[in-house]
Amino acid sequence: MKKFKFGALLLALVLALSLALSGCSSDDKDSGTDGGSDAATLAPIAKEDQKIAFIYGSAVGEEGYSYAHDLGRAALAEAGYDVTYVEGIEDAQFEKTVRDLIEQGYNVIFATSYGYGTYCEKLAEEYPTVYFNHATGDVYKDNLGVYMGRLYESEYLAGMAAGLKTESNKIGFVASFPIPEVITQINGFTLGVRAVNPDAVVNVYWTGSWYDPQLEATAGLELANTGNDVVMSYLDTMSAQIAAAEKGVWAIGCSTSGAEVLPDYYLTAPIFVWAEFYLSCVESIADGTWSPERQFLGLDTGTVDIDTLTANNASGAAEQVAEAKQKIIDGDLVVFGGPIKDQSGEVRIAEGTALTDAEILTMDWFVEGVNGNISGSN
Amino acid sequence: MMNDIGLFLQTAIIMGTPMLYATLGEILAERSGSLNLGVEGMMMTGALAGFLVGTTTNSPLLAVLCAGLVGAMGSMIFAVLTVSLKANQLVAGFVLTIFLSGLANLIGSGYGNSTLPKTFTSKISAIHIPGLSEIPLLGPAIFEQSILVYLGILTAVVLWLYMNKTRFGLSLRVVGENPSFADNAGIPVTLYKYVHIGAGGFLAGVGGSCLTLLIVPRWMESITAGMGWISIALVIFALWSPARAVFGAYFFGALRGLVFKLQSAPITISGKAFYIPAQILDLLPYLMTILVLVLITLGKRKENRPPLWLCRPYFREDR
Repeated sequence: MKKFKFGALLLALVLALSLALSGCSSDDKDSGTDGGSDAATLAPIAKEDQKIAFIYGSAVGEEGYSYAHDLGRAALAEAGYDVTYVEGIEDAQFEKTVRDLIEQGYNVIFATSYGYGTYCEKLAEEYPTVYFNHATGDVYKDNLGVYMGRLYESEYLAGMAAGLKTESNKIGFVASFPIPEVITQINGFTLGVRAVNPDAVVNVYWTGSWYDPQLEATAGLELANTGNDVVMSYLDTMSAQIAAAEKGVWAIGCSTSGAEVLPDYYLTAPIFVWAEFYLSCVESIADGTWSPERQFLGLDTGTVDIDTLTANNASGAAEQVAEAKQKIIDGDLVVFGGPIKDQSGEVRIAEGTALTDAEILTMDWFVEGVNGNISGSN
Repeated sequence: MMNDIGLFLQTAIIMGTPMLYATLGEILAERSGSLNLGVEGMMMTGALAGFLVGTTTNSPLLAVLCAGLVGAMGSMIFAVLTVSLKANQLVAGFVLTIFLSGLANLIGSGYGNSTLPKTFTSKISAIHIPGLSEIPLLGPAIFEQSILVYLGILTAVVLWLYMNKTRFGLSLRVVGENPSFADNAGIPVTLYKYVHIGAGGFLAGVGGSCLTLLIVPRWMESITAGMGWISIALVIFALWSPARAVFGAYFFGALRGLVFKLQSAPITISGKAFYIPAQILDLLPYLMTILVLVLITLGKRKENRPPLWLCRPYFREDR
């Protein structure tokens, strides 16, 4: 009897609570749309009126993708802009976080993680006077711009360094999810490897996460155990490389330099240098020239680059990489220019043609030389 | 091929070691009747403390000891709340994890770029026993490991002896099964609970330090990534026995490496390649724990069930 009473009480409590909560949330929604329907349009915002917020999908730390963006943010702060950041925001938290920021008066948003896309679209519609900028995004409209780097060009150069260094002709690549953005990096890297070393293969391990230091370390050890002598990742940390270095494996970093962390094994890294882009972006917001159209920034803009090759590299690698870099900048070398075969040996990009930007952004197949699987990985 | 398997087992044992320490610690706590869900948090603080002491003193012994002490300090919060103040164990443990994880991330936020000195890593990295480590299959797994791995096995052996062959161990089990009976027999119940919760925290801290000193090896935010929770599941999987904890921890460690083995070697059925999704392997430890739970509930063997007084506060007045 006692038990039954308790159960009934609990049930009543849950019901009451859920009613109260649902009441709350519908209230919220109403006021939200009311606020959004104010007939306001996008106007330039002077430098001193700009309140800029960066939202990162992972912790900033001292290396990796978010850290690279944060260096760009720091450049804005140094130039006298009012700028803040929030880190480690999961996709589902994004909407609430940004709402809070806008309530506080932030009017320029830089959302740096791919998964924020749908929320950006929704919020951009709701707050038409706020500038949204979504890195690696697909959809752009009125006040929602998208921008990204052609990092695959840097990956190609890093792949060359790896291809020249490897002796076992096996190179490990630790990655998160088989989405086009990641597949493009792996393909660019592999094309670079095979350009200088047609016998080498790139073994891809998926971790199913953007941040899992232990699992990345496990992947690094497994790659070392199975004979890979260069390890590379497209993740936010270098845990895989550090673990593999214990077994004497060379390392290529990710997004930012790894020279300090692994001085004895670090070769180079594809890197982002965002400062210049961010400065020009907020300036364009001030002078009214801002445009939401996709900005796809290659080696020629300096937004993506290759870190200085260390002395650990094969002799002559620095010269070859520098030469290739110049060719890419001049347009003499197109990374995804045919003929390029896929994993089954079939020609996917015919000679004389190259992938369009749209095709690069939706890439869902691996080039020849990649030892890994897209469909079954996750 | 033999060599490949040997190296795979080597990785499995390394990855299982932090879980082994934490599981052994939690077995001690649970045997005294305390389900401490703070393992993840205590591992986090241990991981940070071990790393900070390691980088400043360059002494593995001090680093591991301090990691353990910091873990034990965390567990004392739990002990005061649940043993002395009779608070709900689940709530206290859960809050402890959230609090300690946050605290470790806060204090550790500036140390992401520091690395352990080389002289330190050389002291703690795998000991290469000449001859024996060349034995195919088991050579690298057993005879080429870090001192922390061997210490983990030693701890398990010592705890097994303690729990099964000593008077203290017997008393501990009585406390967990029926504290009022223990009280009548003159066993200091509160002291036993404090000591074993503390020892559990110590081992969780040491487990955490294995991550920052040996496996990753440096400090990173949220480095435990759920390992503490898996360790709590492992206690059930091991049926509260230190001996079975060894195999359980290494088995769960092997599952981590298996993710990548299966990615590079699909299962082929009539010429079509099938890949096992990584997420299924991530689920496996928990699935197997549920299975073990079901089996012990259905089973009749008394020694396989959880301590009777687990998760219940002991009021002496109600005796």
